[in-house]
Amino acid sequence: MGRRNLGPYPKGVKVQAAPLMLTRFVSKTILQFLFAQAPNAGYPLATPPPSTTAHLRQSLQLRRSLYFSMALRFEVLGRFNRARAAQLTLPHYVCHTPLFMPVGTQGTIKGMTNSQLEEIGCQIILGNTYHLALRPTSELIDELGGLHKFMNWPRALLTDSGGFQMVSLLHLADITENGVTFQSPVDGKPMLLTPEESIEIQNRIGADIIMALDDVVRTTITGPRIEEAMYRTLRWIDRCIAAHKRPHEQNLFGIVQGGLDPVLRDICVRGLVDRNLPGYAIGGLAGGEDKDSFWRVVAQCTAALPEDKPRYVMGVGYPLDIVVCSALGADMYDCVYPTRTARFGTALVPEGVLKLKHQAMADDTLPIDPTCTCMVCKNYSRAYIHCLVTKDAMGSQLLSYHNLYYMMKLSRDLHSSIIQGRFPEFVCGFLQKMFPKGDVPKWVCNAMEVAGIDISSCCAPFLTSQD
Amino acid sequence: MKFAVQKAWSNSGRARVGVLEFGSNHKIETPSLLLSTRKGLPLFISPDLLSSLPFPDSHLLQVSPFHFLEGISAKTISDVGGLHDVVGLNSNDYGLVAVPRDSLVSLPDCDGSNKFGASFETPGGRRLIKPSDYMNLINSMKPNLWVTLADEVPAWVSQKRNKISVDRTITWLDQCLSAQNPSNVVVLGPIVGGSDVEERRRCAVEVSRRNVFGYWIGGFGLGESRNERSDLLSAITDHLPEEKLRQICGLELPEEVLQGVAAGVDLFDSTYIYHLTLGGFGLSFPLERRTRAIEKDVAIEPIEKAGSDQTKINLRHIIHRKDMSPIVEDCACYTCRNHTKAYINHLLNVHEMLAQILLEIHNTHHYLAFFRKIREAIKAGEFEEFHAMFVKNRREHLAVSSVCA
Repeated sequence: MGRRNLGPYPKGVKVQAAPLMLTRFVSKTILQFLFAQAPNAGYPLATPPPSTTAHLRQSLQLRRSLYFSMALRFEVLGRFNRARAAQLTLPHYVCHTPLFMPVGTQGTIKGMTNSQLEEIGCQIILGNTYHLALRPTSELIDELGGLHKFMNWPRALLTDSGGFQMVSLLHLADITENGVTFQSPVDGKPMLLTPEESIEIQNRIGADIIMALDDVVRTTITGPRIEEAMYRTLRWIDRCIAAHKRPHEQNLFGIVQGGLDPVLRDICVRGLVDRNLPGYAIGGLAGGEDKDSFWRVVAQCTAALPEDKPRYVMGVGYPLDIVVCSALGADMYDCVYPTRTARFGTALVPEGVLKLKHQAMADDTLPIDPTCTCMVCKNYSRAYIHCLVTKDAMGSQLLSYHNLYYMMKLSRDLHSSIIQGRFPEFVCGFLQKMFPKGDVPKWVCNAMEVAGIDISSCCAPFLTSQD
Repeated sequence: MKFAVQKAWSNSGRARVGVLEFGSNHKIETPSLLLSTRKGLPLFISPDLLSSLPFPDSHLLQVSPFHFLEGISAKTISDVGGLHDVVGLNSNDYGLVAVPRDSLVSLPDCDGSNKFGASFETPGGRRLIKPSDYMNLINSMKPNLWVTLADEVPAWVSQKRNKISVDRTITWLDQCLSAQNPSNVVVLGPIVGGSDVEERRRCAVEVSRRNVFGYWIGGFGLGESRNERSDLLSAITDHLPEEKLRQICGLELPEEVLQGVAAGVDLFDSTYIYHLTLGGFGLSFPLERRTRAIEKDVAIEPIEKAGSDQTKINLRHIIHRKDMSPIVEDCACYTCRNHTKAYINHLLNVHEMLAQILLEIHNTHHYLAFFRKIREAIKAGEFEEFHAMFVKNRREHLAVSSVCA
């Protein structure tokens, strides 16, 4: 194995538990210095790195910030309080955040072709390591040139660690210090997924962003298990960093755990930030906890994580949740919801959802969403989709197309409204359409207050005018 | 809509190339393939991908009105503006042909038919369809071309049943014509009568007396023997006026299509693509016109692609797991330009819908190219050789595989 790889730290740099700001500043200038020496050494990105700290000073003044590592560049282009719109440059694609990533579990988004995904503006697709390692196996993907080539997807890919699927899908999965033990679904043999192996598999798959193996517990669980999981996640991140063979091409994101306990979350954030990773995810949410706890955890983590690096809230989700988390300062999201709900006949619309299986849809000649400009809404009536859903494959396809178009448009609207300085107006418009009677949920009101966004015009029970 | 025969095959005069005009001046050459649909759209190819198929060959779609017996009412179809608007296909670009039978889920049930209506197995169960119900659907759909309600019988029923089927079909033809929307004059009259040549002739004569654009030949593809089919087909088409369009249902495999072309049929539907797609097969039979047999030494190869033959590739087979080549080299379809056998093999193994989407695109593309080759052969005056050589090569392969087995 050789000497222990110190990961993203250059040799000889000591890392101590320094105050967060100083650590960030120190490591950033060191990195900038390094790159000034060897501008394009192993740098796979198209744009050359800025080479002076003068740029850094200037960008701080403009409240823009720029962070780059070996395989990622994150430049905040606009803000509103905690919300930010950024350009995320990855080896395969230049993305704009906030963004939603559709889940292509087994190397495909169900029922969509690459050309359609590109057409609707999809930037990053998520692949599930657990499923891909089963079939067709990471070795085969590697042999054939990586998942990008295998799928022929020219834009960015992200793989998760495989841990979550194991725990949620497999009977008798168990987590030990070594890793996740489980019964192989193929032949029932006992197997072990270690942090090292998860990273190895993800190295073979070749996605732009890979996720560390974390000890994930449901937020509905209480007790010492959560603390155990959080500390184990920190121990495992070091093993993941050590095992990562392709830091020049793949970005390893750490995942903040700690359940709903702010103290544990804080410890976890500090520990991960110390490791100076290119990006961070907020994990362990979107699992059935109440919304009030959910937003508070997101708010705490986004406040504590480095402001110049991307933040990914895993498993989110509903459009409303995405708007709230973006207001609180998150950048990236993934969820099976839009495509899964399409297969059950539910369409995403500004008012919420439209259940096309409902008998009332059988004679409705309106499009799914009269304001939507996607291929489905421009050509089809609710009545036709109604007769297709749950009966014909075409129904699933058309609804998935519409739902993903909706999510991509939401991503674009979030990004552009922040850049153009009209984010609060966008949020208010969004909430007004979804809650025309003004019955915005309390948790949304609380979260927006912390985010510093005035939504009183759409929130009050005494709604006088639309202004 | 207009139809004209362009060139007849010189030798025995039955196979012919024609031109069908519809919409905003779209000309489709026949013999041509009607794409099978479910509720008006192909099973897996959404309209934005449909436009990537060859133009204008891929612009004729066959629709069974019985797919719309449930879910969306005839009135709603009318309200939206007709079937073209319902399925999002521009009526200037795409031709929709309404035929009751789709050989998949709308099947004639000759035992259940009576003097009031024809019985069909439909997606909504077995129904007795009266001419008035049928016309209600047709008038709301406003297709480019449609077939009147027929009492279709297979080849082995009694002579009495054949006679009854012709009588009923003619009666319903008149009822349908009188109930039609005045603008819809483009209708195909059905030719039924089972294997009784005399009844077929009588039917043809009666139908010809009505104002029909062409003929729809029924009763085939219902399990009759392939050997007797050619003679019966030729006997039927001999009684049909040469200058009018002929359509048939139920001839699916390439060899069967060739039989139909040889008898002088112009339009075909085919569920071959559907079965191939669901089975995980990609069409691969060679398309170049062979005027001589495959070389002996080339033909005797070890069977390396198990489960495949020279006509199609079984993409589920493990042998394709790492194959980074497209289904067919030089195929210009979306699937072959963008994806590999290895990827489709993976998709099939994990039961992903994208596999069927990609396969339906490729198989449709390939089969349409086959029809194009047929038309080229007729125009070059070589259809008989093309037909014979095609059948011989496929049989040759089967002989080889039985030797090596």
